[in-house]
Formats: sequence, structure tokens, C-alpha cells
Amino acid sequence: MTANNLLPINCEILAITKTTAIENLYRVRFPHVDKVHNGQFLQLSVPGFGECAISITDFSVEEQWLEFLIRKVGLVTNQIFNLNVGDYLPMRGPYGKGFQIANYEGKHLAIVAGGSGLAPVRSLIKHFHANPQDLKSFELLLGFKDTDNVIFKSEIAEWEKQFPVIVTVDNPSGAPDEKTGLVTQYVSGLKTIKQDMNSVEVVIVGPPRMMEFTAKEFIKNGVPPEKIWVSFERRMSCAVGKCGHCRIDEVYVCLEGPVFNYAATAHLFD
Amino acid sequence: MGLQLTNAQFNQVLARLSAKYAIYAPKNFPLEGRYSDTDMVRYDGITQVEDIVFERKSDMSAKEIVTPINETIMFFFNGQVQESKIPQKEILIFARACDINGFKRLDDIFLRNSETPDYYYQRRRNKIKFIAIECPSQGWDTCFCVSTQTNDTSDYALAVKSTGESLKIEIKDQEFAEYFADFAQNSTCQYQYQPVLENELKLTLPVINSQEVLTRLKNHPMWKEYNRRCVMCGSCTVNCPTCSCFTTYDVKFATDSETGAGERRRMAASCHVDGFTDMAGGHTFRTSAAERMRFKALHKVHDHKQRFGDNMCVGCGRCDDRCPEHISFSSMIQKMHTAVEQIKQELNHDSK
Repeated sequence: MTANNLLPINCEILAITKTTAIENLYRVRFPHVDKVHNGQFLQLSVPGFGECAISITDFSVEEQWLEFLIRKVGLVTNQIFNLNVGDYLPMRGPYGKGFQIANYEGKHLAIVAGGSGLAPVRSLIKHFHANPQDLKSFELLLGFKDTDNVIFKSEIAEWEKQFPVIVTVDNPSGAPDEKTGLVTQYVSGLKTIKQDMNSVEVVIVGPPRMMEFTAKEFIKNGVPPEKIWVSFERRMSCAVGKCGHCRIDEVYVCLEGPVFNYAATAHLFD
Repeated sequence: MGLQLTNAQFNQVLARLSAKYAIYAPKNFPLEGRYSDTDMVRYDGITQVEDIVFERKSDMSAKEIVTPINETIMFFFNGQVQESKIPQKEILIFARACDINGFKRLDDIFLRNSETPDYYYQRRRNKIKFIAIECPSQGWDTCFCVSTQTNDTSDYALAVKSTGESLKIEIKDQEFAEYFADFAQNSTCQYQYQPVLENELKLTLPVINSQEVLTRLKNHPMWKEYNRRCVMCGSCTVNCPTCSCFTTYDVKFATDSETGAGERRRMAASCHVDGFTDMAGGHTFRTSAAERMRFKALHKVHDHKQRFGDNMCVGCGRCDDRCPEHISFSSMIQKMHTAVEQIKQELNHDSK
């Protein structure tokens, strides 16, 4: 018999940071942080309420912690918002295939994130922010609903000092210099698409429609589909390829994903 | 060489086996059937031959023994978590070839779909041995196991054929010979398990040989009729021997409890039923009956095969038996085959 890998382990909450009106950033001590890759996810538990799949937004192997951003929108996440620093949150993971750092090294990289889609790519951005020499160039294109929903504001300000960052909001606040509209309309202005396509990589993470239309926009601008990477979000109940909820055709998002090459998933059909 | 035992003699064997094994077989539940004044045949523990229904195909499959419709997987108490326990006994299941082949598909999902087998499935599955029940020569009117190549099995310890008053028995696993030692001298007969070699219903499964064929089949108008016919009740998936999807959910024993006592359960889930793909925040996929039917049908006769090599459907026909709207999956397979052949012709034509 194999061990029971569905039993959650209790993890101490080290810090809680209010990010927006409905989103908190949690830092927990996680014993298996050495197994974590950028873009993977966890199954968080609130006993008596259930489990939910949440992306890992940052982690430190040296300091044994990981972070995740939680939006208060469901049965389990509502309960997580009742927890305090020092409380224990049971969880299991990490799960799924994430972003392979080596795939982007030495390339021109553009990352496009929509809303809380920034969370799963944050550790990847932070990695290259700390190691700028590993990329030929780096650009960020971030879309949010409105100014109040911009997450990781102070970090974005830090990133902007080092490489170009476009932040656009769907609903304008009227502030000067504010960029408005969907991320798709800023794709053709990116420097990344003007580079030699052999050395370009594009990462797009956000709501399904946003990823679909943004990917199409990059393809229209000459980026080959196999240079585009997306992260899927699906209903998950087990996260280990058994429950069937996240299946699309012959693919299990929890096992082969959540990060996919766009060309390899273009045929998938929910 | 086989044995022929009267039901009373076989009951002595069952009594001896029951010291080591929990024995399950299809059993009759009067007036619990699909329609008024009909009986339901489903799996349950048995102690005597007379409990076993041989003359009818069971309404429900044998999967519930290993993947119960509802199962507690762990308990919570005072911040601690403890996994649920199961009985120590080994398990014997009287099953037909379709059901035994169904377990091979469940094994694909639960044991082979990632590096780690499913703990809760494996702990029961490891205890199971099968007693194959020989079917009538052509099975029943909704069976198409020959078309799905799941009519035969070699995965059994014993095989039996009921003659009404007696049972003919093949002992394949010699570990079981000792249970029949008293009868080995005087009850021998010529018997070997015979699979169904021909069904009344003969189907040609669709051969989807390219991505383009698959995409066109998904967009084919054939699925539209199910928007009007399918009521998305999920009955077909509940009694399918290979449908294995489940949802995990928690129960709290008392809302005001200081101890946080509660448990985590698995409940059978169905891709036909609302909520299957719902995510927090409101995203959902496949809202129409047609999309859900297409998703299930392709899983049964294409997607699973792409991943594991065998088609998922084992041709037991229980979905047809169970559907309250009389939707026939075997007819659907025929329609898919016709559509696929038509698509291939179109593609051939286009390429010329």
C-alpha cells in the first residue's frame, strides 16, 4: 500500500496581508517547500467546510515558507478569512506542472496577467526581477478591473524600476496617466513581439476568455503558438488525477497542467 | 474439469469462505426498481446461493463495493485528522465479464492515472477476487460487450453457472480448491467458463483517427437532440461500471462545537449534473445537456482509450436500462460511428 497522500498537514500562518477589499495574502510555514515549483498549486483545507485549490504565489526554500493569495468568494475561502496569524491551516500539495524557469532563460519574456492571474506568475516575475541577467529582455502587461483591485501594488512599483510594466484597468478612475481598456489592445505595442521569434516566450495567465483572446492577439502579431504558455483554472476536488472534475478530453489539468503550452492545448475542448 | 454442486452444497462452501471473505453478489430488492412495482437488483453482502440473482443483469454495477456512492475518508477532531478504517476481511465478488472488465477501467483511473495510486480505492481493491458469473449465451437485449471486446475475462478465481437447483463451478485459482475438498471426489463435471460470443446488439465503435475528425465530431449536429431529450439527472453515470468521478465535501457534526468535530467524504459525481465544473467566482464549463452528453460519450469511446489504451465503455448497457428518458447509448455509439465515417469522407473529399 502507498501512503495516504490526501491527509492534509497543519501549517502555521506566519503573516496575513490585506491586498484588496476581498483579497488577502497568506504566508505559511510549509515543510515541503523544497518540492515547490513556480506556478504549482495547493489544496487548502478548512476541516468541516472543505478543500479548495489555490496557486502558490511565492515561496522561499531557505526560510521554509510559501504564500498564496485568497479571494473571499466561496465556502472555504470565506472560512480562511476568519483565521489569524499563529493559527494552523491544513493543506496538501504542491500539485501540478508549473513554469520551467530554464525554458525562459536567455529569452525575451513577456508576461501578461489578468486580475488575480498575477498570483500564479508572481514568483516567476520575482525570480527574474532578482536575476535580470538571465533574460534578454522582460516586459509585463497587467490588467485589472479597476484601481482598487490592483494587487501587489508596491511590488509592481519595484518591478517598474527594472523593466517595462504596463498596468491597465477596465474601469477608469480618471487619474492622470492611467491606462485603460483590455490587455489585448496593448499586445501590439510590446517590444517582445518585435524580437526574433526563436528567442521569445510569452506567458498569459488570467480568466479563460482573457487568455484565449490575448493568445490570439500574440499569434496575430507573429508569435508562434508554441511560444505561448498559459495556466488553466478548473474545478478540482482531488488534485491528484482521480476525481475527474478538471478533465478536458484526455488531459487532466491537475496532472498535466495547470501550466500548458498553448499549442498543445489549442485543440482541447471543454 | 469442473464441479457441480447443489445449491445446498455450495452454501456450505460459502459458509466456509465467509470466515475469510466478505462475499458480495447481485441481490434482489423488491419494489425498489426504476418503475412502479419493479424490483431492483444491486450488489450486497450475501450468505447463500439463494440470495444471488443469476437470471437478470444487475441494475447497478459492482463498482459500489470499492467506490461507494458516499464514503467517509477522514475524521477531524481537535485540530487532528484521522483516516477512516475499513473491515479487515478479504473480498469476493460475484461479477459478470463486463463488471470485471469495468474494474480494469477503474484501476486505470485510481491506480494508474498518476504516480500515486488512490489510497482509498487501493485499500479495498487489493482485497478483491472475482467469482465470474457466466451470462446467458447472448447476454441480454441491451448488452453489447462483444462490440466493446469486454465479453471475456480471465481475471477470476472461480467461475460459476447456475442451473437453478445447482451450480457448475470452475476452480481457476487453486487457493480455493481446499474449500471444495469435500466435493472433489463425487461432484466432478465437465465445466469451463464460457464467455458471451455474440450479442443480439452488434455495434461498430467510431474510429476517431485524427484531431480534425475529433474536432468535427465535437461540433457535429448529432449532439443537439440531447438538449431536448436528456434531463441531466446523471442516472446513467451512477450505474455505469466505469464512471468514477467523485466530489469531496466536508460535514461538521455540530456548528457550535469547540472540538471542530467533523468528517470529509467522497460522493459520486456526474458530468451530466449541474455544478460538476463550477468554480468559486462563477466560472463554469459545459452548461447544456448536449455538451455534457458529448463530453461523456467521447470519454467512454475515445478519450480514455487515448490515455490508457482501452475504451472505457464495457458494453453492459446499464445506461440504456436506467435512463428515464429512454436515451440509448448504444444508438448514440452508432450515430457517432456514422458521423465519423461521414466526416472522414468529407475530409477525403476536401483533400482532393
